[in-house]
Amino acid sequence: MTSLAETPVARRSRGRWFALVGWRHLVGVLAVLFSLFPIMFVISAALNPLGTLSSTELLPTGASLENFTNLFDRTAFGHWFLNSLLLAGVASFASIFLSALAAYAFSRMRFAGRRIGLLTLLLIQMFPQFLAIVAIFLIFTTITDLYPGIGFNTPWGLFLLYMGGALGANTWLMKGFFDTLPKELDESATMDGASHVQVFFRIMLPLVAPILAVTGLLAFIGSINEFIIANVFLTNTDSKTLAVGMYGLVAGERNNNFGMFAAGTLLTAIPTVLVFQLLQRYIVSGLTSGAVKG
Amino acid sequence: MSAPLSGPGSTRTPGREPARPGLPRTSRTARNHAPITATGLVVKVVLLGLVAGIAIWAAFPLIEAGHWIGLGVLVATTAALFYLYLGRRHIPAKYLVPGTLFLIAFQVLPVLFTASTAFTNFGDGHRGSKDDAVVAIQTSSVKQVPGSTEYALTIATKGDPATGDLVFLLSDPKTKQVFAGDAGGLRQLDASDVTVSSLSGKITAADGYTVLNIGQASGRSDAVTALIVPTDDGAIRSNGLTRAYEGKAARAYDAGCDCVKDSETGKTWTADEKVGSFVAADGERLTQGWKVNVGLKNFGAVLTDPNISGPFFGTLAWNFAFAIGSTGFTFLLGMAIALALHSPRMRGTNFYRVLLILPYAMPSFAMLLVWRDMFNTDFGLLNNLFGLDVDWFGGAWSARIAVLLVQLWLGYPYMFLVATGALQAIPRELTEATSVDGATPWQSFRAVTLPLLLVALSPLLIASFAYNFNNVNAILFTTEGGPFAPDNPRNGATDLLITYTYRLAFGAQGAEYGLAATVSIFIFAIVATVSAISFRRTRKQEEVYS
Repeated sequence: MTSLAETPVARRSRGRWFALVGWRHLVGVLAVLFSLFPIMFVISAALNPLGTLSSTELLPTGASLENFTNLFDRTAFGHWFLNSLLLAGVASFASIFLSALAAYAFSRMRFAGRRIGLLTLLLIQMFPQFLAIVAIFLIFTTITDLYPGIGFNTPWGLFLLYMGGALGANTWLMKGFFDTLPKELDESATMDGASHVQVFFRIMLPLVAPILAVTGLLAFIGSINEFIIANVFLTNTDSKTLAVGMYGLVAGERNNNFGMFAAGTLLTAIPTVLVFQLLQRYIVSGLTSGAVKG
Repeated sequence: MSAPLSGPGSTRTPGREPARPGLPRTSRTARNHAPITATGLVVKVVLLGLVAGIAIWAAFPLIEAGHWIGLGVLVATTAALFYLYLGRRHIPAKYLVPGTLFLIAFQVLPVLFTASTAFTNFGDGHRGSKDDAVVAIQTSSVKQVPGSTEYALTIATKGDPATGDLVFLLSDPKTKQVFAGDAGGLRQLDASDVTVSSLSGKITAADGYTVLNIGQASGRSDAVTALIVPTDDGAIRSNGLTRAYEGKAARAYDAGCDCVKDSETGKTWTADEKVGSFVAADGERLTQGWKVNVGLKNFGAVLTDPNISGPFFGTLAWNFAFAIGSTGFTFLLGMAIALALHSPRMRGTNFYRVLLILPYAMPSFAMLLVWRDMFNTDFGLLNNLFGLDVDWFGGAWSARIAVLLVQLWLGYPYMFLVATGALQAIPRELTEATSVDGATPWQSFRAVTLPLLLVALSPLLIASFAYNFNNVNAILFTTEGGPFAPDNPRNGATDLLITYTYRLAFGAQGAEYGLAATVSIFIFAIVATVSAISFRRTRKQEEVYS
């Protein structure tokens, strides 16, 4: 690489550049390659006109939208997509609101049972909901008999269940963030005659926007990917979520449906990737509450 | 909420009691005396109206079904909500109750239910009460006897043809009476509600029922054969898809000896309340048993029964390795890349970040399935790309490595993000100071950066460990727990306790909910202990470094 015309000084400065900055770019590029190659494979499979796993290579060998049209014509993908988006959207929005309410109380108020409450939350959260799937199934069998509108095969039953796990991890994450906000802010507002409701909505919520964005996103990703409970709950083709429906797509004939599956994966990724890029600046600071002290 | 926040000086707002002279006002008393605003009042009325509406909607089915306890709980909860939000006291509760209600109904109750199941033999063959078991034994032993009634049978459902509950529509060719029968019993139908074919004598349509065609009915033939309609004299069973007969039960329950007698062979099975089954003198058990309390038997089985404890402890060890590996490797790689990109001379870090976090934003369930196919021996990308011929999911260790590799790919962007955030919070002066003092970059990383990073990130690491300990999707979507040893189909090399439990509860060998619930409790205890210990250690660490 080094030509004869290069002076030793130039060579040394290039070496210095590599020691200081260049290797960092090398690491970055390698990491990006590692991150991207499975995604590249999915894109290639989605565009592959044959649509089988065995004919798919890392780089696209064709460009056809057939897999996408098949996905909508032959499966209920449109239904699944809407179900998932609606369920995950509403559930994550409602759950961060509930968590924020609780985190505000735990962070700013002192009351009997506060420590016990926090500990209980932590403990209950360690019992994953799907461990109790048998019990949940039996409970919802009764609910389906009484109120078919919120029972099996409805998004509402799942929504209620996701709300059941809404407190817990998110509340802890948010409480940590609330704790880092100086108390003087809301105390002075209270002195000025603001009620606790006003303090919560006007002062706290705007200040904790980063953590709301992050926990909202985590909840959204969590609901989109939730499979086990949804699989027990949703058996009608049209009421399935993406995870349940697309699993069915490759559970049987997985080689032949691979192209459609890959196309579905790309479409599923769109909302999350969009939200991700939108909330970029909040995420880095929000995930580590230490980053926003003061 | 419409009143603007007043600036300093305007300490007196109309409608609020003046502060008592000589007593410094604390924020607590100020909060209690804040004015009621118009918007606040409207919101309150609307929300409480909604609560009342939902309560009334929920009450009717409860009254109809006669669930008086449920109705009592509903009324009490609604009353408590009104008391709480109409009054001015109990402010913390106002914020905690909405989430807590959901938590209790859909998290705590199921957990308690599960815990109580762990002390029972609940599962296939032990589902209901003893009376249910007796009915099931009697009806399943029904045999056709000479002279019993024969019916023309039409198979129907309530609701959807594929999933609705099956119903037998029966017509008696002699008396021309029509009946509807299901597992609950036989009901006579009004002749005006049904259409009977004059040719075959079969019912072709009935109000409120969906009549299945031959294709739909034969698609559910197993369920049709299994459906037995109990009657006063015996039971009605199907004979093919168009005929049914009423038969007599060969086995009958005798309350005097608390046993089941077979009228043909004379054999008796006596009830054993300890195991919840009818057991004969030669040890034979009837398959239909009932749910009984077995005390600590399930717990004992997990610890001592070699068929269960062997897989349990093996799985436990791999479970720890998986959780620690998933968390540790992702953290190391994520942190290394974050450190590499964290430099004031670095250009384009945003560009790298956008691309690096893509795996985290992709739907993980789908990417897990994609990875499963990339590990495919014949068509898989990894073997094709590197010219390998590895049967990834065929060997125990290659499957474990594969699973960890997938976890690394899925998880390191998150660690990269949080490490980047934490690095930005560490003041640069600290590391600069150490380098002035002559420390090598490695020394200053070890002495300054790493400890500070760990303090900021250890809660997240613990949470990640707890999450991965029960990461069902990671295993279910890739290896499904396999590879399995030929002599042990219950427990595979990559099985986590949770997937093992899932198979116990819903697997092909028959459901063992009681045992599955016991394993669930063990899992909970393990995760809770590990997390509690780590939280305690983190707190100590924080005291040291801060």
